Amino acid sequence: MRSRALDASPARPSRRRGLRRLLGAAGVIALALGAAACAGPRGTAGDAGHSTLTVFAAASLTDVFEQVNADFEADHPGVRVVMTNAGSSDLVTQIDQGAPADVLATADERTMARAQELGLTAEDPRPFATNTLTIAVAPGNPRGITSLADLTDPDLAVVRCAAPVPCGAVADEVLADAGIPLVAVSEENSVTDVLGKVTSGQADAGLVYATDVARSGGAAEAVTIPGAAAHATVYPIAVTDRAEDPELAAAYREAVLGPEGRAALGDAGFGPP
Amino acid sequence: MSARTAPPLPLGVGALGVIAAASIVLPLAAIVLQVPWEGATGLLFSPASLQALRLSLLTAACAAAVCLGLGLPLALLLARTRFPGREVLRAMVLVPLVLPPVVSGIALLMTVGRRGLLGPLLEQADARIVFTTAAVVIAQVFVSLPFTVLTLESALVSAGTVPEQVAASLGARPSTVLARITLPRLAPAIVTGTVLAFARSLGEFGATLTFAGSMPGVTRTLPLEIYLARESDPDSAAVLSLLLVLVAILVVLLAYARRGAPGRTQEEAR
Repeated sequence: MRSRALDASPARPSRRRGLRRLLGAAGVIALALGAAACAGPRGTAGDAGHSTLTVFAAASLTDVFEQVNADFEADHPGVRVVMTNAGSSDLVTQIDQGAPADVLATADERTMARAQELGLTAEDPRPFATNTLTIAVAPGNPRGITSLADLTDPDLAVVRCAAPVPCGAVADEVLADAGIPLVAVSEENSVTDVLGKVTSGQADAGLVYATDVARSGGAAEAVTIPGAAAHATVYPIAVTDRAEDPELAAAYREAVLGPEGRAALGDAGFGPP
Repeated sequence: MSARTAPPLPLGVGALGVIAAASIVLPLAAIVLQVPWEGATGLLFSPASLQALRLSLLTAACAAAVCLGLGLPLALLLARTRFPGREVLRAMVLVPLVLPPVVSGIALLMTVGRRGLLGPLLEQADARIVFTTAAVVIAQVFVSLPFTVLTLESALVSAGTVPEQVAASLGARPSTVLARITLPRLAPAIVTGTVLAFARSLGEFGATLTFAGSMPGVTRTLPLEIYLARESDPDSAAVLSLLLVLVAILVVLLAYARRGAPGRTQEEAR
């Protein structure tokens, strides 16, 4: 609809048309710029003298790899590390669909094996850390939970990961080993969701990794499971088939495996491989 | 603006329009074309899928019923009464439409979660909502109610109040006016509003995951089952996705194929 003010103004068709054309052109340019801006930072990467290393790391590695990345950037001037964090399975799917990743670190060997089968890795993956299942409870352990067996109390709301996700598979193994038939109120899609249900007070206990409790910053407390160490999850890392600079990617892998990475991982609650 | 046959549009509009249409139609077509058809029926009728589908249909039907039962009174209040803060309330009703679903889930947790606003009250009543099927329905109602209220309200506004005023002047009581005049005239919009709420509920994912959890047969609806299936069995996820796409298309056809309904004319007038 035309605004009344425009219609009522003295007719200066040529000038108005000029203005319209200008507006139209501006609109098209704005649209093009907008679309270009939406295309993301990847388009601006690779400035002269700078290179970008893209790391795909499992969600549980987010905090500790931020430390590793900062150290790596300090040791390699001109290198910027960009990290994507998601469930390991999602990461492999994304790389399979063409996502640009130089290094892949997953939270279990099963998912890395799938990446290998799909031909997405350039080398044999190396284990760099382990993680053990633990019981997360509210700070101060108000329900007095001391063992896996305590979790079978029907008054307790217990959450765990669903079997198809790595933390669920480990939970199944540990529970089967202990011979405990656990009835959960929810089987979450990720270990982060399990921890969230505990820290938000919706659940009394949750089966998570030791590192999840460590990075909750006091919002949850760990009750260790004696038999869990036998079912520790192994975290593998590998350079991908599409690494832009395979040497740089390999250097990153070595940084994770080396003493600095080892120390950062240890601080975050990860065990040695 | 009353021209029956619209004058021709500039050339660029057509091209951009085609891009817009393609950005919606192409992904839908991709699902149909890319689904691994061999073995599709086996995946579709696996016990886990059927259980999730049954739960989805059940909860979405409950949510749609609640949306109609609560949305109709609210729409009547917004359209037919004047009270302070009415415009603000109308704007608030729209908020769940634009909220990220995760935020909706967090908001609901803060309302009826254990440490939520109503948490102590629920504790006293020994009622736990989180992790139950009721939580799924609550999440669905929260995100679907705006559709019902909006549809009904705009239909009420465009229908006007002349017949109601006539009936009232002849001595009809308010309840009689509502039952005999208003509701029958609103019937098409009631169908549209309820079907839309059903559809939105069927697709609810983020708020459910955040607020209700994911338990087979209790809170794991079809969208949550799809999300989980992706972890281990992408083919099964694709087939289940197709099922939801087909249901969505069916529902939208049901809701919008009725030209001339009051809810529709109002939207066209805008």
